[in-house]
Amino acid sequence: MGGHILTICYLIASVTFIVGLKMLSHPATARRGNLIAAAGMAIAIFGTIFLPRNGVYLHNYEWIFGGLLIGAIIGTIVAKKVKMTAMPEMVSMFNGMGGACAALISLVEFGHIHEETNISHTVLIIVLGLIIGSVSFAGSMVAWGKLNGKVKDFNFPGQNILNLILLFVTLGMGAWLVFHPHLTFLIYIILCTSLLYGVLFVMPIGGADMPVVISLLNSFTGVAAACGGFLYDNKVMLTGGILVGAAGTLLTILMCKAMNRSLKHVLIGSFGGNAASSSSSGSEGGAYKEISLSDAAMVLSYANKVMIVPGYGLAVAQAQHVCHELEKALVEKGVEVKYAIHPVAGRMPGHMNVLLAEADVSYDKLLEMEAANDEFKTTDVVLVLGANDVVNPAAKNDPASPIYGMPILEVELAKNVIVNKRSMKPGYAGIENALFFQPKTSMLFGDAKKVLQDLVTEVKAS
Amino acid sequence: MEEALSWISSNQETIYIVILMIFVGIEVIGRVPSVLHTPLMSGANAIHGVVIIGAIIVMGNADPGNYPALILGFLAVVLGTLNVVGGFVVTDRMLEMFKVKKK
Repeated sequence: MGGHILTICYLIASVTFIVGLKMLSHPATARRGNLIAAAGMAIAIFGTIFLPRNGVYLHNYEWIFGGLLIGAIIGTIVAKKVKMTAMPEMVSMFNGMGGACAALISLVEFGHIHEETNISHTVLIIVLGLIIGSVSFAGSMVAWGKLNGKVKDFNFPGQNILNLILLFVTLGMGAWLVFHPHLTFLIYIILCTSLLYGVLFVMPIGGADMPVVISLLNSFTGVAAACGGFLYDNKVMLTGGILVGAAGTLLTILMCKAMNRSLKHVLIGSFGGNAASSSSSGSEGGAYKEISLSDAAMVLSYANKVMIVPGYGLAVAQAQHVCHELEKALVEKGVEVKYAIHPVAGRMPGHMNVLLAEADVSYDKLLEMEAANDEFKTTDVVLVLGANDVVNPAAKNDPASPIYGMPILEVELAKNVIVNKRSMKPGYAGIENALFFQPKTSMLFGDAKKVLQDLVTEVKAS
Repeated sequence: MEEALSWISSNQETIYIVILMIFVGIEVIGRVPSVLHTPLMSGANAIHGVVIIGAIIVMGNADPGNYPALILGFLAVVLGTLNVVGGFVVTDRMLEMFKVKKK
């Protein structure tokens, strides 16, 4: 009886995962979708704890509840406390936890296999779960450190080759273990090489590519969870894991597309390598014009319509609240202010919307790319805050440019452009931006938050 | 060869699930707007926290005297719960920001 109910619990949970994921991909239903999936998860967890599996009840309840309680308390506190700008690294951290969990399951289960009959099949799944879980854990931790700024980009010549060798050695040892399961020590070596591979795999990839990497590691963890499903013949782990594995892979590809990057290039990190050559060949240089704070404030206050283009720089400086203040100050002066949001502006696709919403910017002031491009013609001043590649005209008119073909915000259609950046250094794509050298563009150097604060004071005073 | 074939037919149910789930996973998020990429990733991240069920099973079947297994299993439960709870809470916080919708 209990066993049948457990089956039904798992069935319900599997359906909620699918429905939840479906609802998560539409803005209006997304939040409910997340709650539905969470409810399904709770049903599956409590069913597993209290209902017998193959007629056998679990024991060690004090350990299970202790673990659940500790994890739930820490998880809730951390997730509630984290700043909006730190969301991406938070996701990466939680993903790493899932990967580690899968790896630990494999480790413990490997100690039990001598009781099994169909050994090589079981070992194969255990080894797969261990490798994928460890790579996901180590990779996610590095990604977390990178987004935090704690870990710097690190690469050395021949790193790609070393990575490939490491991967093949790990897989080779895994295969060897499948046929010689009595070589217990191999499992620990596999654990170590997998962890090392995870670290080296993410190390050379630039910080701005991290969202793609996290999404990929996310789907890895899904597959690792599915391995657990194989191992225990547990359908909810299988469906949940594979579902995330497949959806995560597609999401990774979609993210790459939105950034006009190919997954291969992200993974090999060749973007960084090519950038040096393309920036030296395409360095048209030229003179750019600086604008003083008070002039900028003046130009903004006397405009009829101002469009703000927020980017990575704004997210890094956490300047979303000051940005909203500037918007209010300008509106008081009778200026019409809107935001032009590029789909991949910020640290992750959609990140800008979340950040600005956090600062209480009203939703109908946020224009998506197409709508914004229609309005630039009638805009007096565009204020670019820490965005670079998403406003680079080279994407439209220079077929040789690495970002050629990427849809951009056509800010050069406006009458004036003020660009706030920390320096003239090229953006994440590593290429010069011709926009900065156009006569209608003026540069306003400095940290986005500081500059915005000063602008607010100036605008209020003028 | 014989062995592989018999493995396929004895596990066909599982193989069907895997294949169908791959298609479902792709179909279900196929038309997600880029604005939702981050929350969707976070939500999917929480869902693969089902791995917690494996951790609970490991823990619940561990021999009470086998301390290495107990400790590893306990760690697995803690980490898995972090993944599930943290994942869903973070996703909810992100989506909370979207509640003032234009449509």
